[in-house]
Amino acid sequence: MKFGVVVFPGSNCDEDAYHAVSAVLGEPVEFLWHRSENIPGCDAIILPGGFAFGDYLRTGAIARFSPVMHAVERFARRGGLVLGICNGFQILLEAGLLPGAMLRNRALRFLCRDVHLRVETTNTPFTSVAQRGQILKIPIAHMEGNYFCDAKTLEELGCNDQIVLRYATPEGEIEDSANPNGSLAAIAGICNRERNVFGMMPHPERAVEASLGSTDGLVIFRSMVNSLGHSARSTAGKTAALA
Amino acid sequence: MIETETKITPAIAAQHGLTAEEFAHVQKILGRDPSITELGIFSVMWSEHCSYKSSKAHLKRLPTVGTRIVQGPGENAGVVDVGDGLCAVFKIESHNHPSFVEPFQGAATGVGGILRDIFTMGARPIAVLDSLRFGPLHTDQNVTAAEAARNRRILDGVIGGIAFYGNCFGVPTVGGEIQFEPCYSYNPLVNVLAMGIARREDLFFARAKGPGNPVIYVGAKTGRDGIHGASLLASAEFSEESQQKRPNVQVGDPFMEKLLLEACLEVMRTGAVVAIQDMGAAGLTSSSCEMASRGGLGVEIELGRVPQRETGMTPYEIMLSESQERMLLIAQRGREREVFDVFSKWGLDAVEIGRVTDDGRLRILENGRVVADIPAHAIAEEGPVYKRPIAAQKSMQAAGPLVEFAANGADLNENFCNLLASPAIASKRWAFGQYDYMVRTNTRVAPGVGDAAVVRIKGTKRALALSTDGNGRWCQLSPRIAAMHAVAEAARNVACSGARPVAATNCLNFGNPEKPEVMRQFSEAIDGITDACRGLGTPITGGNVSFYNETLGRAIYPTPVIGVLGILDDAECALGMAFQREGDAIVLLNGLAEARGAINEQRKSFSSSDYAKSIRGIVAGGPPPIDLYAEKALVDCLVALAAERVVKSAHDVSDGGLAVTIAECCFASAGFAAQVNLESEAPAEFALFEESGARAVISVQSDSLARVQHIAAQYKVEAQRLGTVTTGEFCIQLNGQPAIRAAVDKLCKIWAGSLERSLQNELQNE
Repeated sequence: MKFGVVVFPGSNCDEDAYHAVSAVLGEPVEFLWHRSENIPGCDAIILPGGFAFGDYLRTGAIARFSPVMHAVERFARRGGLVLGICNGFQILLEAGLLPGAMLRNRALRFLCRDVHLRVETTNTPFTSVAQRGQILKIPIAHMEGNYFCDAKTLEELGCNDQIVLRYATPEGEIEDSANPNGSLAAIAGICNRERNVFGMMPHPERAVEASLGSTDGLVIFRSMVNSLGHSARSTAGKTAALA
Repeated sequence: MIETETKITPAIAAQHGLTAEEFAHVQKILGRDPSITELGIFSVMWSEHCSYKSSKAHLKRLPTVGTRIVQGPGENAGVVDVGDGLCAVFKIESHNHPSFVEPFQGAATGVGGILRDIFTMGARPIAVLDSLRFGPLHTDQNVTAAEAARNRRILDGVIGGIAFYGNCFGVPTVGGEIQFEPCYSYNPLVNVLAMGIARREDLFFARAKGPGNPVIYVGAKTGRDGIHGASLLASAEFSEESQQKRPNVQVGDPFMEKLLLEACLEVMRTGAVVAIQDMGAAGLTSSSCEMASRGGLGVEIELGRVPQRETGMTPYEIMLSESQERMLLIAQRGREREVFDVFSKWGLDAVEIGRVTDDGRLRILENGRVVADIPAHAIAEEGPVYKRPIAAQKSMQAAGPLVEFAANGADLNENFCNLLASPAIASKRWAFGQYDYMVRTNTRVAPGVGDAAVVRIKGTKRALALSTDGNGRWCQLSPRIAAMHAVAEAARNVACSGARPVAATNCLNFGNPEKPEVMRQFSEAIDGITDACRGLGTPITGGNVSFYNETLGRAIYPTPVIGVLGILDDAECALGMAFQREGDAIVLLNGLAEARGAINEQRKSFSSSDYAKSIRGIVAGGPPPIDLYAEKALVDCLVALAAERVVKSAHDVSDGGLAVTIAECCFASAGFAAQVNLESEAPAEFALFEESGARAVISVQSDSLARVQHIAAQYKVEAQRLGTVTTGEFCIQLNGQPAIRAAVDKLCKIWAGSLERSLQNELQNE
């Protein structure tokens, strides 16, 4: 199983994601330059944090036109796992792979700090090894993380169990004081209806080593590895059965 | 002969900031009158900012060599061997005047400038710290509402600018300090320290080699921004019209800089690059003639090939532009294609604009016509050097009435709460919470939780620690002693994190050097830094001098800011300041281990403390005496304790004294409090809040206490148990009597929210 980390001009958490997958998780990983038109051999794609194309115009607005995004879109349509972290989440929104948009944080300031997240569903390949209601301590670092969508979309997100992570108190309460940026419904992460594309504003790659403060981000990566392992085995099983 | 439209007279030269003698020297070097372009080149290169003409004679006294020092002052940044074949490349620089004129862009480009100094040497930047000074945020009898409002806007803009640039570039802003004094109202200080890491064999230097080699311009296009930034903004006092200098402030594009970083590091790996230098102050002028001068060669440049973003720029404007995010590099002839390919991949301009020559001259052409032709060495190295007059040494006298210690009537509890809420002591989370201090996932000790920032080096066991420090108020009272304290405190901070201090960088912010009193302050500060850096084993590897920090004739406090770098051989030994467990012993390490002088000495040193300023409104006396042997002993002791892993937290005693230090260990923790008893014959206020050095508060597991005391004794450091880590109530007793007593939550709220509260309230009122 191999991870691919996309590098846009201005990505700056690409090496951190690479480090988390490679040095901490021990899984194979490679960088994918944004001009790549295909992504051969990758089982999961990470769109990392940063300021792709300087976040000029709007966060993610220019990055979505990079050649690699066509490949990512095809990969996602075929059911491949796509994780967008922070700027990566913003790019997924601009690319239409996830619904909604990001506004500036309600305090109109960049915010960098640990937040607490409540796992709302484990029915995704990104949270499958978590417990429902589990609290994760993972940092945020963004200026535009104030998630917004229209009422109909929000209803659909709820009905289809697409809200994956919410900002919460350390005890797991959803309160306004625990919502760092003003996100609608305290949304910190959502997936698509097919559940294989997931965007989150907090940085799980920054929470994979105890020496840096938290290992709660491992849940996201381990879930992905776990899901891919299962699908690899089941594909292998099917192939064997067919043979 | 160079055709020149206008005859350059001494009067025109004076408008460019050159004195009559300097102009005569220019004429002598050239053997003729300069052209207007040449005049511009001399005026920026011989400006105070670029030439160090007033400071050079004094800077020579600084200690700059040591076994770990790979590169001292004179290159783009200092280089220190940190083991495992790796080098730390670091330097601190000021961007004070631009940050007053345009706080957001001034601070942003301050960050951008120092980052380029780091990666131009082949090092990837891994940490930034900011040492900031502002005027008061609140109105009082000396501060008008308009002044306070402007100070708040400057603070807001500077923090926003630093965040804007560093966050996008992708370097963690991991530390620094913020202080407030009335003298910074019209002249804030923005000093930025950046550090990068490189393999020793991958370092690059800015020395031209190989006549015939192409000179290649890379990065952003040249515009009219920042012309005369170095000479007019950074090398002159300010007046009321200074806001009109806004066009002299550069505009930063951190995205462009990020691309430039990646492209430069990639192109350096090709082996096709001979030398490289960023275009910072004095832009194309300084980068070209400094590379030529260092290599003992010449450079010829055709301005018609320089990428320009505006039309009709004159040679003068192109040579003096300080447009950001540009580099000049010299490649091997025949390998230009490799260079162009890398920059094209990153979408950046890379254009051959000239070549290295062997005649030692900086020759500038505009479409084939020579517009400047000057010996490169003469501009870069033969600038004026002044031994400015120095005022006579003043006897250390009180600047005003000294503090009278309160009899038993002082409300220590209330004064303590007010001290915690004072801008100097209050939490700075509002500021550093806007910085991405975690990107690159190396931050072991983040801002606010340790005395020094600690970043690990991936792929090794090591980590590096950094701290900046400088107390302008003390320096106003006694420059020499205060400068020593600045070095000692930065080193102590680094040692509290467990790292051994190994090198230093300095940013010297002073007033107008043409005033003998300012030069006295400067000279004494240099002496203090020299003594302390010798005593503590931290040579100076570089830095920056910022003179003319005066507006309307009002000088800032002399403010030398010292950055100290430390090495942790084992990152796992890194320490923060937070108490870790209920029941742990709270211990005071004291290198001085002596009673602190007679009552008059106590009054004198206490009158310069944060308590005296914030609670009593007194700034007088002088800094506490300093004992470098005691400081060194404490540093060595802290490093030994951390290496043995017998200590759970460490925090040096500084601003606000012992009471504030212990409180901060609680505030940084997961809700712990402290129960402490101090034995002292001194007045209560002195015992609780005095700020003398060579002390640190540590917490240790009770059964390790004997071991800690044993190690401390080896370093002749006293380790005295003060009390115990508790929960709930924060209590400091003095000789068995309660002096300060309050719920730790309540105290923490006062301390944590003070800065944000004052900004919010005041901003709403505007």
